[in-house]
Amino acid sequence: MEFKFDKEKNKENIEKFKKTVQTYKDTKGALIPVLQGAQEIFGYLPVEILQLISVELNIPISEIYGVATFYSQFSFIPKGENIISVCLGTACYVKGGQEILEEFENQLGIKAGDTTEDMKFSITSTRCVGDCSMAPVVLVNDDVYPRLKKDKVKEIILKYGGVAK
Amino acid sequence: MVNLKINGREVEVPEGTTILEAAKKLNIKIPTLCHLDLHDIKFVNQSSSCRICVVEVEGKKNLQTACSTAVSEGMNIRTDSRRAVKARRTVLELLLSNHPKDCLVCAKNHDCELQKLSADLGIREVRYEGEMNDFPIDNSSLSIVRDPNKCILCKRCETMCNNVQTVHALSEIGRGFDTVIGTAFNLPMHESNCTFCGQCIAVCPTGALTEVNKISKVWKEINSDKVVVVQTAPAIRVALGEEFGMEPGTQVTGKMVSALKLLGFDKVYDTDFAADLTIMEEATELMHRLKHGGRLPILTSCCPGWVKFIEHNFQDMLDIPSTCKSPHEMFGTLAKTYLAEKMGHKPEDIIVVSVMPCVAKKYEAARPELGLGGTKAVDYVLTTRELAIMIKESGIDFANLQDEEFDNPLGESSGASVIFGATGGVIEAALRTAYEFMTGETLEDVEFHSLRGMDGIKEASVTINGEKINIAVCHGLGNARSILEKIQRGEANYHAIEIMACPGGCIGGGGQPYHHGDMSILKKRMQGIYNEDRGKAIRKSHENPMIKKIYEEYIGEPYGEKAHELLHTRYIPRKKM
Repeated sequence: MEFKFDKEKNKENIEKFKKTVQTYKDTKGALIPVLQGAQEIFGYLPVEILQLISVELNIPISEIYGVATFYSQFSFIPKGENIISVCLGTACYVKGGQEILEEFENQLGIKAGDTTEDMKFSITSTRCVGDCSMAPVVLVNDDVYPRLKKDKVKEIILKYGGVAK
Repeated sequence: MVNLKINGREVEVPEGTTILEAAKKLNIKIPTLCHLDLHDIKFVNQSSSCRICVVEVEGKKNLQTACSTAVSEGMNIRTDSRRAVKARRTVLELLLSNHPKDCLVCAKNHDCELQKLSADLGIREVRYEGEMNDFPIDNSSLSIVRDPNKCILCKRCETMCNNVQTVHALSEIGRGFDTVIGTAFNLPMHESNCTFCGQCIAVCPTGALTEVNKISKVWKEINSDKVVVVQTAPAIRVALGEEFGMEPGTQVTGKMVSALKLLGFDKVYDTDFAADLTIMEEATELMHRLKHGGRLPILTSCCPGWVKFIEHNFQDMLDIPSTCKSPHEMFGTLAKTYLAEKMGHKPEDIIVVSVMPCVAKKYEAARPELGLGGTKAVDYVLTTRELAIMIKESGIDFANLQDEEFDNPLGESSGASVIFGATGGVIEAALRTAYEFMTGETLEDVEFHSLRGMDGIKEASVTINGEKINIAVCHGLGNARSILEKIQRGEANYHAIEIMACPGGCIGGGGQPYHHGDMSILKKRMQGIYNEDRGKAIRKSHENPMIKKIYEEYIGEPYGEKAHELLHTRYIPRKKM
């Protein structure tokens, strides 16, 4: 699915980001901190911003794309209003974390790493969140859902204003 | 100097030498795959990603890659120990475990370095079974097919595209098992900033990068009712023979003509004729710019890879290349106008096939502004390699063919047109004509040796009518970039520059027989080109009688109104990305 980057709406953020670029511009290895800055400001790496980085840092866009796809911390898909993080650490996995993740995927019709078309939800799988005694654990934004059962998934989605299947 | 022992034999080499180079000195062969060192064109791929060249070094726990490990004093190396040999086999089997086994129907069959290595190491089974990559094949472009499933991640193409050509179309994308060499945002090649120079194909060790094959389409046309005419580029006549076991640089012009006639082409013409035409137009254009204060320097425009490069990267300089179409496009245009009239055919009943040392010409032929109102000037472009396949497929004993002559009127050419095939040749040919046009005197010594050879950027000055004309020649797009940046900064004082995308010029084109890293092949082809020039009775484009005739009969004045309509073009700014 294509997400459109609204330059007008992001005007302030773009200005802010340009300052970040200036901070690192003349330092060696500027690309990664600049990409991290972009990810922090925009929540993901929009094509338009990567093109801006290419011009400002004088690095070919193909190389930037290569670096950005190497590290899992960078995303090319904008994050939704609510971020559902399903823990797949050892304890949660053993306790059925994978099934919980699949249920979220089924209910929202997207895969882990994606965002729903209405931009309401993103699903990510995470490594251990440090709450193993409560496995399986799901985080929605900063809310913790311990010992989550598969049949509660729908309820959570509805709670955050979503539409479940 | 450093002293060391390899397989029990002593050797002395300069500091910084790699184990691989030191072993070569002792005639010890260490197999390599990703490694490729083409000094002459500043291409060194030392990614040590394939691990095929591992050797045992005394005192080191792990095996070392010979291609990237520098020697040190007192080193004791075994390249032939069981451990090293077994490790190499394992590495190769692991590579093969994620490689399609369709060698028999692969475009690189018999030209694949992975296949050869597998044969050399006597691999008879692959003991590892596991997941295999299943990437989509990118056949979006008109020139290059990219099959990432056959890629071994050697990065040769990346080194060529980024370090030598500075095109930056290819990059390593993703991570681990899912790594792929591709374009930014995984764009189809056709939508990327790729110039289609095809140098990635020239260095790819496997079938991951190959040309778009048009052989069956051409067979179909040959067997249709249409009149199928073929033209052959200067550079293929000194390379085609290699496909039939002949020495690189052997001039096979006459045999090539015979073969094309046997294949069933109705007329066999020469792109060299159109190269002479290009000189008439380009030399006149240069004189026009000099006389009327036009923008200088003038840049040659024969090379479609180079043209696309400037369109992407130097949009503010699109008024400096000559407006001349490339020779094969000039030929196509004349075949469907002048020749069609002469033969009494409708333009759409004539099919023009170009045999080129180049894959970018395939893309160029589809550029809409080069079309002739609904029909293309050139319908199909075959590479030297594709022509060789057609000849083999037809069972023609190429090496023993009798020489035949090109058909006329578009088959006559001068020595000046032949040298188009080597770097520096176009500008040398232009000088032979421009000098005589501007001075009215005869140029006795037609050879400009300072413009020849493999140096990336060559410079020379020629005094014409008391005025010093500064010339530059560059081949390889990285060299082109540096010269264009020099012009941009206002530091250059050239009047004319020849630029070719491929190292060595067209003789080193992406559609030529594979050189497998042997740069002496390019030098031999170059010599072949100059020998052919020397053997020609006419060595200046404007003295070609057929050229004089076509201007009298059809085109009128060089660089005149009709010439503009038929033989000149324009350039289009493209996204830099």
